[in-house]
Amino acid sequence: MKFRRSMLFVPGSNTAMVCSAFVYKPDTVMFDLEDSVALSEKDSARVMVHHALQHFTYKDIETAVRVNPLDSIFGHLDLEAVVTAGTDIVRLPKTDTVKDVLDMQDAIEKIELKIGRTKKTKLLAAIESAEGVINAVDIARCSPRLMGIALGAEDFVRDLRTQRTKEGTELTAARSQILLAARAAKIQAFDSVFSDVRDKEGFIKEVNYIKGLGFDGKSLINPNQISVLHNIYAPSEKSIDWAYEVIEAAEHAKKNGLGVVSIDGKMVDAPIIARAEFTLELAKASGLIGVDDE
Amino acid sequence: MNKYKKIDKNIVIEDRDSKICESIEESIKLSGLKDGMTISFHHAFRGGDKVLNSVMKVIASMGIKDLCIASSSLASVHDEIIEHIKSGVVTQIYTSGLRSKLGEAISNGIMDKPVQVHSHGGRVHLLQSGELNIDVAFLGVPCTDKFGNATGSQGRSKCGSLGYAMSDAHYAKYVIMLSETLVPFPNAPASISQDEVDSIVMVDEVGDPSKIGEGATRMTTNPKELLLARRTARVIENSGLFKNGYSLQTGTGGSSLATTIFLAEKMKKKNIKASFGLGGITGSMVDMLKNNLIEKLMDVQSFDENAAKSLGENPNHIEISANEYANPSSKGATIKQLDVVILSALEIDVDFNVNVITGSKGLLRGASGGHCDTAAEAKLSIIVAPINRGRIPTIRSKVNTIVTPGDSIDVVVTDQGIAVHPRNVELKKSLKRAGLTIVDIKELHKRAMRLCGKPKRIEHTDKVVAQIRYRDGSVIDEVYQLAK
Repeated sequence: MKFRRSMLFVPGSNTAMVCSAFVYKPDTVMFDLEDSVALSEKDSARVMVHHALQHFTYKDIETAVRVNPLDSIFGHLDLEAVVTAGTDIVRLPKTDTVKDVLDMQDAIEKIELKIGRTKKTKLLAAIESAEGVINAVDIARCSPRLMGIALGAEDFVRDLRTQRTKEGTELTAARSQILLAARAAKIQAFDSVFSDVRDKEGFIKEVNYIKGLGFDGKSLINPNQISVLHNIYAPSEKSIDWAYEVIEAAEHAKKNGLGVVSIDGKMVDAPIIARAEFTLELAKASGLIGVDDE
Repeated sequence: MNKYKKIDKNIVIEDRDSKICESIEESIKLSGLKDGMTISFHHAFRGGDKVLNSVMKVIASMGIKDLCIASSSLASVHDEIIEHIKSGVVTQIYTSGLRSKLGEAISNGIMDKPVQVHSHGGRVHLLQSGELNIDVAFLGVPCTDKFGNATGSQGRSKCGSLGYAMSDAHYAKYVIMLSETLVPFPNAPASISQDEVDSIVMVDEVGDPSKIGEGATRMTTNPKELLLARRTARVIENSGLFKNGYSLQTGTGGSSLATTIFLAEKMKKKNIKASFGLGGITGSMVDMLKNNLIEKLMDVQSFDENAAKSLGENPNHIEISANEYANPSSKGATIKQLDVVILSALEIDVDFNVNVITGSKGLLRGASGGHCDTAAEAKLSIIVAPINRGRIPTIRSKVNTIVTPGDSIDVVVTDQGIAVHPRNVELKKSLKRAGLTIVDIKELHKRAMRLCGKPKRIEHTDKVVAQIRYRDGSVIDEVYQLAK
């Protein structure tokens, strides 16, 4: 499974960021054509993101684009530009109902058919309203293209008629609902951005909290947040040791034709091996274990 | 002698204190400065220096011509030299750095004789070898007594270490001290001693300390600088040198400063203490000294107020001269004991040669500094730079000007991967094992070219406007006049 701890928002109109975001190695670069782009720059941002998606510097990194709503004058233009350019994921701006997802899916399918794109564009739905949270379970299950759902907290709190706090109590219900819906549909769940880039302590606290809840990752707005988040998501030394042990035991069993092996009396089966492999991949991505020289 | 009472009424000046002159002009007359001679300045105040311009104004007004200015470095504040070149007062320059309009004018061929760009260690070598013969040194110091015992860590405008002035004072035939603050004799401990000083002039201001650091004292929030810093700290951590008693030199600027801070965290975690920190000393190095992460600081130049203050207060913060710092023919240059140096670059080529003096348009706009000195002697020389700055590629097929030869460089840390000099087989293995992305420098060059496109060749004439002197005095490269 692809891990997506960090999804870095890059305003599509910010040339410097578009040109350099890949160097920070977030798990996913998420270009934005919606809220962070001024009306007067919608067209130029679209063109720039269209080119960036095809540039060699973004070949080794997963890309997503948040497009404008389909019912706006920019929505279809955005979608055509980014699907044609090969984005891995399209992030729906505001998803209230199943219909929102299906409409987007239809529009993408049409474009893919037209240009002959065989690699299916994945979808990420952003839940940003009370209605969306209530419908989260159905939304999460409605499309095979959907790789995850994400909380968009800024609009959500406005809809709730409250405001965001550092404690985040106003998001408790939404976070729980989105996470449960995603897990029930076997897709990923992502938490909202933490906007105060200067408050490192607050950010660390929030990441620990959402990781504890079970979120796969979080949208980020500043590259400086990436390493902090990756450090928190990094596996512990103990779990890396465990993972090595599991892999070794599994290899030993395979070599000697043993069906089942156990470590400390616990059976090592396929899900355990998959978990161990995931842990080692994560450790590698976190820079905790190196790659052997050739 | 009444005039000195206004400086400090407690200091009584008698006839035998004949070193003190009434004006800069009087001191120049006493020095016997004539047409064709060489005068020197030092750059402890960097962009805040007030001595060079005021002295040159007096010299020009006295009608003295055809001088060689040998300043340990020149900053943008010294653009006034252009006028003195035009009027024939200045006909030759020795310096480590050239910037802004002066650099531009020289690149465009304003001088007949090529500027001699030396390193900090190389300058002392030139003084020692006799090529550079200082007739009169004008040394701005924050504080002196009436006999010439001077320091940089006392007085109103503190610059900290007088490392470069110390070497000039030693080699110059005649030394004029310019100072703001007069203290009772004897001023001890002194950086420059009474037996090397001929004349003293009290002036209103020798420099503005707030312009020394160029704002380098604050921790950067620039994501790219932080990325480079984190990566550099990991390279050092996994280099095999990162153990108790290791030594390091860092520069100024966002990445360097942040690297120091990340290193300090790692040192704390692993219980490692450095034996010494060298070079231009910043506040973050001072913090390491205070936090017991470093035994001693060897300071040839203090890069900010905190460093200047610490030099005056902390007995483990030691002032060293340019000769003790980096002169290759010195009996004891500290760089020969150095483990790790972190350096920057304007350009690096696929053979690891480094340019820190000419910009992308071929203009003189940088400084040789201690670059080639430290790179040659340190066990691990790390260059830290992004592979491109906007549309300008940093990694080139060939640098525009060589200041430091590639043989001296061990590692290049960039935002798009780390290149290790092919001779460092073990280091490469160990960095790879640590999970760092190691790439061929040619690959970095390729990426830079794909990002920025191939730069146009810089058009120039055959006239040499500057000679880049390697630390041993040899000419390692030449800079040509830009074509119109």
